Amino acid sequence: MAAVETVDRTTAERGGSHGRRQLVIREGVTGYLFVWPNLVLLTLFLFVPLGWALLLSLQDAKSFGPATWVGLDNYRTLFTDSVFWRVLLNSLVFTAATVPTSVAIGLVLANLLNRALPARNSLRTIIYLPIVISGLVTSLIGLLLFDEGVGILNGVTRSLGLGNVDWQTNGGLAMLSVVLMTLWTRIGFAMVIYLAGLQDIPEDLYESAQLDGASELQQFRFITVPMLRASTLFLVVMNVIWSFQVFDVVYVMTNGGPGFSTSMLVTYAYDRGFGPSRDFGYGATIGVVLFVITLVFSLIQLRSSRQEA
Amino acid sequence: MRTWTRFGVCASICAVMLFPLYAMLVVAFTPKSELFNGGTHLWPARFTTDNFTNLFDRFPIGTWFTNSVLVAAITTAVAVTCNLLAGYAFAKLHFWGRSPLFFLILSTMMIPAQAIMIPQFRMVSALGIFGTFWAVILPSAATAFGIFLARQFMQSVPDELLEAARVDGAGNLTIFLRIVLPLCKPLIAVLVLLSFMAQWNDFLWPLIVLKTPELYTLPVSLRFLQGQYDANYGGLMAMALLTCLPLVVLFVLLQRYFVQGLARTGIK
Repeated sequence: MAAVETVDRTTAERGGSHGRRQLVIREGVTGYLFVWPNLVLLTLFLFVPLGWALLLSLQDAKSFGPATWVGLDNYRTLFTDSVFWRVLLNSLVFTAATVPTSVAIGLVLANLLNRALPARNSLRTIIYLPIVISGLVTSLIGLLLFDEGVGILNGVTRSLGLGNVDWQTNGGLAMLSVVLMTLWTRIGFAMVIYLAGLQDIPEDLYESAQLDGASELQQFRFITVPMLRASTLFLVVMNVIWSFQVFDVVYVMTNGGPGFSTSMLVTYAYDRGFGPSRDFGYGATIGVVLFVITLVFSLIQLRSSRQEA
Repeated sequence: MRTWTRFGVCASICAVMLFPLYAMLVVAFTPKSELFNGGTHLWPARFTTDNFTNLFDRFPIGTWFTNSVLVAAITTAVAVTCNLLAGYAFAKLHFWGRSPLFFLILSTMMIPAQAIMIPQFRMVSALGIFGTFWAVILPSAATAFGIFLARQFMQSVPDELLEAARVDGAGNLTIFLRIVLPLCKPLIAVLVLLSFMAQWNDFLWPLIVLKTPELYTLPVSLRFLQGQYDANYGGLMAMALLTCLPLVVLFVLLQRYFVQGLARTGIK
């Protein structure tokens, strides 16, 4: 709103000076007229809260009592907080486990389902379907599958005489269960992007490769994979952001447990801010650090992709 | 690779992908007593709709469904309108600060929603909309991704078309409404579907800002019921099924638009 008013005033002041200049200014005003509804929403609910979080990270702010300025104390505490390093490591492990796997499976499936195949459309639908299933429903299904007592998977292993698998009390297995449910929701998206990318590869590349006697695997390795670089880059960036920001599945399925073995950056920030301790300042500090890590990573990705292109 | 080998591999992967949904479906129709027997539940020994009738008897499912539709529809309308307008400006108009502003907006995609929930919560209270649907709708309608998509798509609209209209004396609003929008039907379909889906599935924020159960949406109620039902997976899965069924049906009916739309998000 404020932006529109300032530009309005400048137009009025300069009105009628130079035709071309006036046109430029008028387009500037129109630009803001089109942008302002969105800008108001973004300012109120994203920009201001982000700045606010930045300020909170410099305060000792709890749910009761006045907030006091403490400078960088929260950040100092953070870097000596062993739980923070643990959840950072967990987030990295989770990212390393989910991103390459979902992208690779999506790539293979897209190639398998790109050519004529019986029931191709139904098979595609089945793989896409989890995209529309919410994180909450996914997590509840995850609980149903991996519950140690009445869960379906343990029911199966018990009836096969293999006994119980401690999906919930073993930290590594709990992490695996969260990773598996996450993959379930992500593979379809990777396949959609790769299928779209495959349509852009000229058919004659494969024809000439076949004339040269290249095997199917060689064609995949030396034509398909390099030609899909743009899709791969996009998928890696999006998946890394999603993995670093993972919340629903962890929050509902394991709530970070057992212990801190599946606790991630966002769930830890949420626990500190909204949990029993209600430590708004510290929760905000973790959020700010997370934002910076994601931003830096994305910039590096984009920079390196531009240099290679 | 032989066609049938390919089919075999794909079918096996699909079977694995389908299994969680199958498990939800089976358990939703299995009597509560059987679930606690500890046997395998790959097939209900006795089929029942008790879990559903129980839900409808105890809870205002109809109200929750109406709330969900209402909130998702209004959020979608607000978000898509704002995104289309902003997308046009960023793609086709030159104004001071355009690039930095766009970059700033894009960078908000790196903010995890949960990391700024405390200030957002205070903002909603300060605006006096806490406890109302607007506390859910307005923050959700502020999305960078929609602007990003709209801008990408509208850049492909040829400038010559806009110039021709401008020569004929059309203003920007006329150009936007009469020329750009009719060319953007696929974009609008994507934005509507993505926005509706995101809002329909959201549970954490609505749970924080909606205090009375009469205002809950389906996913919020599902989370609320998780506490009520504890380990009664029958009732929980019945509710989970009710929550995701509308989107699944919508997806199967509109799959072509969904897929085209999602694919478009990846185009550079």
